[in-house]
Amino acid sequence: MESWGEASESRLIGKRITRLSGKDKVTGKAKYTFDINRPGMLYGRILRSEVPHATVMGIDMSQAEALPGVKAVIPLIESGKKLRYQGQEIAAVAAETDDIAKDALRLIQVHLEALPHVVTEADAMAEGAPQIRENWAGNQSEPSINKNRDVAAGFEEAAVEVEATYHTPVQTHVCLETHGHVAEWEDEQNLTVWASTQGVFGVRRDLAQYFGLPPNQVRVITEHMGGGFGSKFGPGSEGEAAAKLARITGKAVKLMLTRKDEHLVAGNRPSMTQHVRAGATRDGRLIAYDMRGYGTGGISSGAGFVGPYVYHVPNTRTERVNVAVNAGNQRAMRAPGHPQGAFAMDSLMDELAEKLGMNPLEFRRINDSSEVRQAQYTLGAQEIGWHRRNNVPGAGNGVKKRGMGVGSGQWGGGGGRGTEARVTINADGTVEAVTGTQDIGTGIRTAIAIIVAEEFGLAPTDITVKVGDSAPGLPSGGSGGSQTTASVAPVIKTAAAAAKQKLFEHIAPLLEAPVADLRVGTGIIYVASDRTKTITWQQAAGQLGMESISEGGHWAEELRKGVVAGTQFAEVEVDTQTGAVKLIKIVAVQDCGLAINRLTTESQINGGVIMGLGQALLEERFMDAQTGRMLNANLEDYKIPGTFEIPEIKSIVFDTHRKVTGIGEPPCIPTPGAIANAVYNAIGVRIRELPLTPDRILTALAEKKA
Amino acid sequence: MEKFSYVNATSLEQVTSLLSDSGWGEVMVIAGGTDLLGELKEYIETPKTLINLKTLPGMDSISADGSGLKIGALATVADIAMYPEIQNHYTVLAQAAGSVATPQIRNVGTLGGNLCQRPRCWYYRDETVDCLKKGGELCYAIEGLSKYHAILGGDPVYIVHPSDIAPALIALGASLKIVGPEGEKTMSVEEFFTLPATNPYRENVLEPNEIVVEVQVPHPKSNAKSFYLKAREKGAPDFALASVAGVFEMEGNTCQAASIVLGGVAPAPWRSTEAEAALTGKMITESVSMQAGEDAVKDAQPLNDNAYKVTLTRNLISRAAMMAAK
Repeated sequence: MESWGEASESRLIGKRITRLSGKDKVTGKAKYTFDINRPGMLYGRILRSEVPHATVMGIDMSQAEALPGVKAVIPLIESGKKLRYQGQEIAAVAAETDDIAKDALRLIQVHLEALPHVVTEADAMAEGAPQIRENWAGNQSEPSINKNRDVAAGFEEAAVEVEATYHTPVQTHVCLETHGHVAEWEDEQNLTVWASTQGVFGVRRDLAQYFGLPPNQVRVITEHMGGGFGSKFGPGSEGEAAAKLARITGKAVKLMLTRKDEHLVAGNRPSMTQHVRAGATRDGRLIAYDMRGYGTGGISSGAGFVGPYVYHVPNTRTERVNVAVNAGNQRAMRAPGHPQGAFAMDSLMDELAEKLGMNPLEFRRINDSSEVRQAQYTLGAQEIGWHRRNNVPGAGNGVKKRGMGVGSGQWGGGGGRGTEARVTINADGTVEAVTGTQDIGTGIRTAIAIIVAEEFGLAPTDITVKVGDSAPGLPSGGSGGSQTTASVAPVIKTAAAAAKQKLFEHIAPLLEAPVADLRVGTGIIYVASDRTKTITWQQAAGQLGMESISEGGHWAEELRKGVVAGTQFAEVEVDTQTGAVKLIKIVAVQDCGLAINRLTTESQINGGVIMGLGQALLEERFMDAQTGRMLNANLEDYKIPGTFEIPEIKSIVFDTHRKVTGIGEPPCIPTPGAIANAVYNAIGVRIRELPLTPDRILTALAEKKA
Repeated sequence: MEKFSYVNATSLEQVTSLLSDSGWGEVMVIAGGTDLLGELKEYIETPKTLINLKTLPGMDSISADGSGLKIGALATVADIAMYPEIQNHYTVLAQAAGSVATPQIRNVGTLGGNLCQRPRCWYYRDETVDCLKKGGELCYAIEGLSKYHAILGGDPVYIVHPSDIAPALIALGASLKIVGPEGEKTMSVEEFFTLPATNPYRENVLEPNEIVVEVQVPHPKSNAKSFYLKAREKGAPDFALASVAGVFEMEGNTCQAASIVLGGVAPAPWRSTEAEAALTGKMITESVSMQAGEDAVKDAQPLNDNAYKVTLTRNLISRAAMMAAK
């Protein structure tokens, strides 16, 4: 059985270790896809639909082709096909400069026949709305209905009930590096692509398939990337276009999306509207939950959300439908379906608790079967100072009112098979660890170095880690589902262990000891039964002569574990005159298993909380019914958190076992619910939709007064 | 953006002669460019020629004496926010300038550009939307999404004026100097701005061949207190949902004179004579301050999504008055 050993034995694992790529990133030395420039490289741009719904009657590219500096123009849609959302691809251009490419787009004549559009869920579901998706009468998918036991009987047992409608709008990913690629053909049969992706091998597979090539003739490189959050798994049509333009022109082509493109077509978190009726018994047990809800993932499906969530309800009936609108497709976004469902569930929990006259934390304790979260409730409540909380929501005469709230979440993150890795020890003492995963930004490069360094008694900086390149032929999965560390760590660990074993076998005769008696210390190898027999790492490696040791690893189920629980507490201050919500503090208690690197684990929790508070307080896609356009496809009116919005965040790495679990996604889940409950506790009026912007706060306060 | 020729300005005469006869949009002036570049990139404006005003000598100076301030139109927003005399005696102006955008934008954005900036309206800024402001038939905010739009003085175009500095200057009784082919003229900053009922296409009285060259601000009375309160959705960068520039001449808790100018709620900086009247000669109390706020918004006509601005504006005025009384 493989094991990570005891905490007391760990020199590096579980400690705070500075990110290996940190210095390169803050000094600008790190090269992202955006920074890649190749000799003779061309610039690609995509012409996109400015209308939400139309039939393409013809595309005339001749003027664009005639513009000096334009090297290729290709259509991305055929005449007769429909454009179904603003931003949909029409044609692509490659030119000598980015400016020429932009000018060329404006010279492409597109003849369209307009079709009626619907861009909001309400309009899509209205009587007589134009049907925009085949087989979706009323622009709705077949409902997905789930039942557990008897919801009607459950309500008969209920002493209190709450009936409410909760809503969260569409949120976009806003990766700070936009999607994009630099594509270059070595010859007709060999393609190299630098991609801003969270799935190096997925991009390789898709592009190989697109061009009919064996996968090993496509090389994908992602040395550093600026965020994906679920939106960057494949090459997308922009990656295919870049590679196609490169093939036609025989030059490298860089094609990066614009910020506007990002909002329109590069994915989003679907909206959620749910009408829920729920009941609890007098002694505070959830007993019945009846929910009908819908959401839109644009023209695509996939607008699911969780509910009931975290807390156990014995009698349930749920019904969900997808609503189609003329807007860009949803993509997985950090914990798909969870934050919006958690916001509704945690709001509902507080509303029920109030009807029961119970402290919301106590009500959660009664209904939460997770022992981990039970412990987290205690710790989090201490950290936030839950005893200071208003007992009467909205109490007090001051203009600025404070409140506290709690929210919860759960996730998998156990990783899985499919990673290959090699750890190499060279005779000069250098060590290399190679695998085809990518660093989406969470620090896997550093985690790999820590694991190998721990195994060899070296420092993380002694290990050369190579990730983000498909060329070595060591595949790994996409960085999604919070799976990266849990998928990669066991393979790296076993590869390092195998390499160490080989090295021990090599030097055992020299140390005149059995292999089983050898151990690593800091920079040395010694004989356990006779500590006078030692050899430095350098000396040991020097024994290898011309032959390096290079070992692969294997999947080891027992080194990883899935399913995590998380709880967050928020304290807010609401300015009742301006409607401004100021966050005072967020306590995030995140179950995470073995944190290979405590520092980057805390960073991930911080990042999740920041994304969650953006959803809670700022982010919303605005679709205009008149024009069918997104009105805030920029970062002026689509607002994301800045330093002023970010409060003290107490990120608590809540280690529950010594097996590796991923936590990229879960820390963003409880935040909106915790903040919404804190706002209610502060002002005594419940706002059932996000984000909690001043207009909503002031409107709610005015309604309360009236 | 479209291609244009770029001319460095050498004198005001040269600038006004280049601007002459071109109408709007053919020849434009650029200083910091923080607004104009966005318009060029979005194809909202497509000038053939840009005149760079930054090469005009001496127009970025700030000077202060006992009678007041003179600020060149090329002074940066950051210069204004950081100028000690302004911080000490023209608080509302320093606060307003300091609330603009981000340090990077304040470092290049100029006073003249801030006063002459175009609306942020999301229909206006969308090249494909042929709205009334751009010569079309319809102000889309009326039926559309109007969270950031006007509650006062909107008809027929419901943009809000985005400047933070303009309300502060008007509250301080500032005037500005304009140069055109016929020479220079001076007018109050208040008169400079116009409402869409007068001209739906422009936000001020400038002719196509005129530019703002200087702003003069009289020294506030020794008993004046002034504040700029700006409500926004995020700390920075963000435009005002509503803002209040207030100058209060106080005798103890009694307001002898008040000057209240609103930002972010009307197509021009909006002087609230109603709020001023409600405060003048009164001992400022909670109810007096609230009444001033109520009076200021009594004629407000919110659209579908911006009724909250009525409450917000009322509350900000009340808060500013209460700050003066402290």
